Amino acid sequence: MLKGRFGVHGGQYIPETLMNAVIEVEEAYNHYKDDEDFCKELQELYRNYAGRPSLLYYAKKMTENLGGAKIYLKREDLNHTGSHKINNVLGQMLLAKKMGKTRVIAETGAGQHGVATATVAALMGMECEIFMGKEDTDRQALNVFRMELLGAKVHPVTSGTKTLKDAVNETLKEWTARVEDTYYVLGSVMGPHPFPTIVRDFQSIIGKEVKKQIVESEGRLPDALIACVGGGSNAMGLFYDFIDDKDVDLIGCEAAGHGLDTDKNAATIANGSIGIFHGMKSYFCQDEYGQIAPVYSISAGLDYPGIGPEHGNLHDTGRARYVSITDKEAVEAFEYLSRTEGIIPAIESSHAVAYAMKLAPTMDKDKILVINLSGRGDKDVAAIARLKGVRIHE
Amino acid sequence: MSRIEKVFEKGKAFIPFVTAGDPSLKVTEELIIKMAKAGADIIEIGIPFSDPVAEGDVIAQADERALKAGTTTDKIFKMVEGVREKTYVPLAFMTYANPIYTYGSEKFIKNCFRYGIDAIIVPDLPFEEKDEIKPYCDKYDIDLISLIAPTSRERIKMIAKEAEGFVYCVSSMGVTGVRKEITTDISEMVKLVKEEKNIPCAIGFGISTPAQAKEMARYADGVIVGSAIVRMVGEYGAGCVEPVYEYVKKMKEAII
Repeated sequence: MLKGRFGVHGGQYIPETLMNAVIEVEEAYNHYKDDEDFCKELQELYRNYAGRPSLLYYAKKMTENLGGAKIYLKREDLNHTGSHKINNVLGQMLLAKKMGKTRVIAETGAGQHGVATATVAALMGMECEIFMGKEDTDRQALNVFRMELLGAKVHPVTSGTKTLKDAVNETLKEWTARVEDTYYVLGSVMGPHPFPTIVRDFQSIIGKEVKKQIVESEGRLPDALIACVGGGSNAMGLFYDFIDDKDVDLIGCEAAGHGLDTDKNAATIANGSIGIFHGMKSYFCQDEYGQIAPVYSISAGLDYPGIGPEHGNLHDTGRARYVSITDKEAVEAFEYLSRTEGIIPAIESSHAVAYAMKLAPTMDKDKILVINLSGRGDKDVAAIARLKGVRIHE
Repeated sequence: MSRIEKVFEKGKAFIPFVTAGDPSLKVTEELIIKMAKAGADIIEIGIPFSDPVAEGDVIAQADERALKAGTTTDKIFKMVEGVREKTYVPLAFMTYANPIYTYGSEKFIKNCFRYGIDAIIVPDLPFEEKDEIKPYCDKYDIDLISLIAPTSRERIKMIAKEAEGFVYCVSSMGVTGVRKEITTDISEMVKLVKEEKNIPCAIGFGISTPAQAKEMARYADGVIVGSAIVRMVGEYGAGCVEPVYEYVKKMKEAII
């Protein structure tokens, strides 16, 4: 019985204690996903609370400056809470509410998913606890306070590498301990089935909107889509509606940290191999004995040793390709977009911007490229200042 | 009937757990031999994993120490080879899906057979995913131990039907670790298993005192103790063998 498979990837590799919990989520999702009232309620939240549809912005100055393909930015950074994470959180928490759950838990890396979860918990009147690596609570201190302000309890995770991977471990453990009233709002297209499917479906609104918007402005589909990939939810959300449009290049940008040839990176497709972890079979950075590797990226949101199973399959089938971007390239892109377009991108999204800066000049001027600007960079400003040796008080 | 299942014909089984390589594989080897002498009926050997999501802090930290000490799956197989020259006590590996899969599932199970491992327990390989290694377990006569949890309810029937060796009854919600009291209705869990199949049931998670062991043994065929022993290993380091020996003896006596 192979459920939730994407080629060889996916599955449900979790302790027996959680099996009925994921089955319950799956059954509820299958019931509500086509339920007219549920969909109407969610669309209403997207429109009136999150501020959707998000803009598809033609980056004229960047296009002219790079001198190649026409560049569009999908402005997920303009959503309420500042990133694409809200799309998934609204969907899953509406589902949790329908399931009668009163408490939500979630992992977070950069803090964007944690903030989105804490926000919607406040809106829906649910108890909320967020698990975040100690390393990340330090480098994203503002987001910790933001979550607390919204009424959530934040648990700094001190085990392992003290980053996103360990935050997922702790959230899974917490769910194992208290499952009856608690829903785990997984933040990316990863984990055990049905989460990769649920998160992808709720994020696929990004690609659906892009398709409509680009046809309205250009009268045709784009030539390439670019998105950053940690677990891979913003990329999957952008790609999903274009998978059957074979002429559209799908490009995921992984974090190469200090470089692929160093041990300080988080480039799962480039350096990883197939394994089983966090409930799924997919690609992971690991050693020959299956010990998960300590990964690194300047971006807390991409600092994860695995990738969602559907990406694993898109890589295997060659439908999408995955490139790596170093910290240095991402920081340059962060500054470039800020100065060129007056838009400060999240350091995660800057990885996608960085690859577009390489790719666009090699493409003809009549080609079209869409970058998913998955989040805004306000949360990163202090860290970038520190990196540049500027002393500021947040 | 497998060697594991036969153990339970002699009476209530005591099943201690140790993390391989904490503080060293040499100490693990001594521990296994001494625990067998103290009356352990089956010994669980944990292959350390970097991210053991079913473990509480005690075992998770032991895994970390073992990995830091350079423990690898190959070195553990070698250690088992040494153990087998000195004891016939049935041995079960406890590890996660990834160390098995990445090593090569068939190669791993074949080595289990070759070095004298009788069973394996994989907490993140539920019923739905057991075909990942079950065919190899069948091929090399290794029991793949099934787990049931307080949340399993109607799943118990399906799991018990295909279980082998014994059924590992998880006593409590959450991760491994010592607990003051166990509130789950264990007798109901065991009853549901036995209704489906006549197979031994052993209870694990949270048990540390002889009184708890005695109480649990009333409902089941065996008692599994992990964190309490691993905590002693952590406290005493290389000097843990004697205190663990005494502890295992006391626990075994409590359940007879």
